[in-house]
Amino acid sequence: MIVSLDLLMNAIVSGLLLGGFYAAVTVGVTVSFGMLDIANIAQPAFILLGCYAAYMTNSALGLDPVLTGFIMLPVFFVIGMAVYRLYYFAFERRGEQAIQGLAFFFGLLFVAEVSLVLVFGVDYRFVEAPYIGPSLHLGLIDLPLRMLVPFAVSLAMIGVLQLYLTRSFIGRAILAVSQDSLALQLMAASPIRIKQIAFGISIATCALAGAFLIIIQPVEPSIGRDYIGRIFAICVLGGMTSFPGMVVAALLIGIVESITATFYGPSWAPAVAFGFLLLTLAVRPAGLLGRT
Amino acid sequence: MRNGTFWALAIVVGIVLLVVTRLVTNEYFFFAGYVVLQYIVLSTAWNILGGYTGYTNFGTAAFFALGAYTAVVLHKTTTLPIPIMMVAGGVVSGIVGLGMGYLTLRLRGVFFAIATLAMAIVVQTFIVNWDYVGGSRGIYIIRPQQAPLTGSYIEYLYSIMLIMAVISVAIARTIERSRLGLGFAAIRDDELAAEAGGVPTLRLKLIATALSGALMGMAGAPLPYYVTYLDPASSFNLAYAVNSVAMPVIGGMTSWIGPVIGAVLLGTIQQLATVTISSALNLLIVGLLLILFVIIAPNGIVGLVRSRRRARSAAAVPAPQPATREAA
Repeated sequence: MIVSLDLLMNAIVSGLLLGGFYAAVTVGVTVSFGMLDIANIAQPAFILLGCYAAYMTNSALGLDPVLTGFIMLPVFFVIGMAVYRLYYFAFERRGEQAIQGLAFFFGLLFVAEVSLVLVFGVDYRFVEAPYIGPSLHLGLIDLPLRMLVPFAVSLAMIGVLQLYLTRSFIGRAILAVSQDSLALQLMAASPIRIKQIAFGISIATCALAGAFLIIIQPVEPSIGRDYIGRIFAICVLGGMTSFPGMVVAALLIGIVESITATFYGPSWAPAVAFGFLLLTLAVRPAGLLGRT
Repeated sequence: MRNGTFWALAIVVGIVLLVVTRLVTNEYFFFAGYVVLQYIVLSTAWNILGGYTGYTNFGTAAFFALGAYTAVVLHKTTTLPIPIMMVAGGVVSGIVGLGMGYLTLRLRGVFFAIATLAMAIVVQTFIVNWDYVGGSRGIYIIRPQQAPLTGSYIEYLYSIMLIMAVISVAIARTIERSRLGLGFAAIRDDELAAEAGGVPTLRLKLIATALSGALMGMAGAPLPYYVTYLDPASSFNLAYAVNSVAMPVIGGMTSWIGPVIGAVLLGTIQQLATVTISSALNLLIVGLLLILFVIIAPNGIVGLVRSRRRARSAAAVPAPQPATREAA
């Protein structure tokens, strides 16, 4: 196979853009799974809810999907807090997080998917916005705006979150919970309340991530599943708790997937992330930038 | 229940089901019964790993479909009878389970669970890209004209699955009462303490994964002959994974009877709901029941029955009868 340079360059660039979007999808799990140790495998379900929220406002009111994402942030935050409440009272308090908690989130994922099928059907849905369609051209390289907009907003969102976690009082309390929740309790702060806020944030990111997803590709209820492996692969590869590590891992997986899709065909792309995940778990469970 | 009683009962149930089916004239009974029996095998297999050792497997569909596609390959290359194909499917799925477990079981349970989800997609991607077994288009399987035994072909499949269900329940029950089962339970309750106490945890976990995977593969092997048209989207359906988690959770995970109760109950409800309401809605029922049970009754129906019995024997202290065995 002759690899032409511009094809390769384009594959790498679109992989980078894709990776930026993957980072937005994963950031919530980095908070919930990495920092709070809650294996929320239902995250894709919330992302899909974000997609359909953007779809409904876009088709009914003609609202911009990214704008909808921002408007929905507080709604998703409250949903997240409610889910954590339920999770805490049903599992964490009884010390039964492991198998029952996983089964709970798995059930949630499934119920959300089936409900979406019942409400919206299995047709592909898409949104309309001025930046879907045109692309910028830099020499040989195409920059489709539908990828560039999610990429930029996503990195901005992660930057703001990173600032929030390292600078604000509650943000630092969230980091403290992830390191040692008993110590935080001794400082007279309630780990439960902090975790609730953190979980709320992790679900809130789905409002934006969902909007990005429906900008990038048409959406139907079962595509959420494809993201489970991808999300956790990126989270584990990035070292679980660090945002910079997660972004690097997301860009890496985006590039590898895009190159695979370009040169071997898109039907092989889903296996890339999962292959990466299995390999990472087997060889280097601490992630790329992790210690040990 | 003592060993002798169990075996007698298992054989009686098996024979009664076989005889009763001779009297049934409606073919639909076999189609529905096959699915329920298949779920008994799947949920029992899931429970060997999930219930006894406490490691959640979300990749049931992958093991199941691997068994089915092994049968497809054998169907295209040879003319072996279905029971041999089931053994082959079991071997393939068992080996995959072993490899999978070897890669991830040294980590915490959550990672294993996520890896199984990921594995299901990897295996599906390979099948989708493998043209020989039909790829994403799927493949038609033509059943032999004549069933090897008397009766129609679906009756034959039903009988095979019935025997398979009895065998897998017997295996689960034997494990539960053996040293192996004790080791599994030690891992589930406190893996670190088990390791420190001299339980070879990794080896036991690998045995559980391989055995559980093999049984799922065996359950999948007759599937191509049951559906006669096999495609990746339906054979890797998430419904298999959800059901094989939900059934043991709802029935009760610590005992062999739990998955059987769960499978019979949920399997029958789903068959009825599919016919009378709609298939999307019956999946919703399964999901909601799963969530409801993990929150309200984490030990399932068996747990509910046990705690009621215990409460009753505790209330009647000077009981005329001796207390139940659990309380003793």
